[in-house]
Amino acid sequence: MSGKKQNLQRTLRKVIALLVFFILWELLPASGIISKVYFAPPSEVFVTLVRLMISGELWLHTSISLQRAITGFGLAAIIMIPLGFLMGWYKSFEEIADGLVQTLRQTSSLSLFPVFILFLGIGEVSKIAVIFWGAQWPILLNTISGVKSVDPLLIKSARSMGSSAISLFRKVVIPSSLPSIITGLRLSATHSIIVLVAAEMIGAKSGLGYSVINWEYNFMIPEMYAAIVTLAVLGLITNYSLVWLEKTTTKWKEEINIT
Amino acid sequence: MIKVKAEDITKVFHSKNGNTGTNGCVEALGGINLEIRTGEFLAIVGPSGCGKSTFLEILGGLIKPSCGSIYIDGKAVSGPNHDRGIVFQGYALFPWRNVTENIAYGLEEKGVPKKTRNEICRKYISLVGLSGFENHYPYQLSGGMKQRVAIARALAYDPDILLMDEPFAALDAQTRDTLQGEVLRIWEETRKTVLFVTHNIEEAVFLADRIAVMSVRPGIIKRIIDIPLSRPRFEEFRTSQDFIKLRQEVGSIVREEAKSATNS
Repeated sequence: MSGKKQNLQRTLRKVIALLVFFILWELLPASGIISKVYFAPPSEVFVTLVRLMISGELWLHTSISLQRAITGFGLAAIIMIPLGFLMGWYKSFEEIADGLVQTLRQTSSLSLFPVFILFLGIGEVSKIAVIFWGAQWPILLNTISGVKSVDPLLIKSARSMGSSAISLFRKVVIPSSLPSIITGLRLSATHSIIVLVAAEMIGAKSGLGYSVINWEYNFMIPEMYAAIVTLAVLGLITNYSLVWLEKTTTKWKEEINIT
Repeated sequence: MIKVKAEDITKVFHSKNGNTGTNGCVEALGGINLEIRTGEFLAIVGPSGCGKSTFLEILGGLIKPSCGSIYIDGKAVSGPNHDRGIVFQGYALFPWRNVTENIAYGLEEKGVPKKTRNEICRKYISLVGLSGFENHYPYQLSGGMKQRVAIARALAYDPDILLMDEPFAALDAQTRDTLQGEVLRIWEETRKTVLFVTHNIEEAVFLADRIAVMSVRPGIIKRIIDIPLSRPRFEEFRTSQDFIKLRQEVGSIVREEAKSATNS
């Protein structure tokens, strides 16, 4: 019984700040402290959101944004995880590539967007390329560090039991570096959304980032907030699904609860 | 019958000094000759840094000697194989595998089919007294329990030779005593050839048929002491006159060796 009560309390504690936030958001424009023109209350945003959903307009932009983000992020994962394994495993390879990687990753993705547009045009490819550019670094670097931090004792132990190189890789290196890779994926996913929005604001005629700026230009403020809220929800879903992935793949890890 | 023969094993480690560009050499093992008999329990004692773990890893095939050869049943070997199992001080369990899956590892690598694997795992889990913990992950186990899993894992694929590298050094005294007793019981049951590396003289006398004393720099075997004490040995054995006397004798021999090594 007390457990149920505790659970309830915990849930309440988790949502209370959110509730206060939404109440303030509703009340501030209504009371006239902040102009309603600039700051549409959540009730109005919600109605607009539903209307945009029914008309299909919101889904159109969301699906285009998702396509771009998932393609860029997916390509980064497909290419960078294997590359990270190679660079983590073969020291000489990493030594050669490290200087280049460190320099390139400091080059802001958005500063390169004009370059991508020059080479790849204003279409989809340049936007996917800029997302890929931003998403690749956390994946690459976390995979490398995951592979490098495999406990040498585990390698010894596996070899003593007759593991071949392939089996060593499959049964020791991959599971051991998995938590680090997933952390990289999480960072990358968050980064992908940031780059996506910026790229769509700069050079696109569709997508959620484009919608935010376009609706602002046209002074459709509730619509603008609806697009912002959609982006926030996308970010939340992405993060929680990757946290879930992390938990299910690393259930063998000691849970650390700092309370 | 000689199970394992080490012939003139030397190991030189190279260290490159990045600042001066000079090449340094450390002679870890300076020509080890040792014969381990089939089914015997041989302990190697020596001060830390004498190269006893290096020697064990050479026997296990994990590192290559600079010179010399290892023979098992008269045949020269290089590289690890299923005829030897190693138990490490740091347990070396795979944290992402539960108890059963850890014990199954060597069997998987040996190509044993899944059904047989499960049967064998169950047998060894009960042998080391871990029934009921089949699905626990290493982080859920105490140090002593982890080492039990490691022993079961090394035994499960049925190697002839068990190489144990200070397996109980990280455990508390009570757990260590218990596990020494367990190892003897398991050894009586399975009659593996055991090489047990330790720096604990009492442990060596309690467990072994013979004790090889190693000296430091270069690491060589200075003496081999027979432990002609009756078996099976149980906990009471530790307080017997024979045991105490022999422990003191071995202790003074080891100290002498250590002293002469530092004087020379």
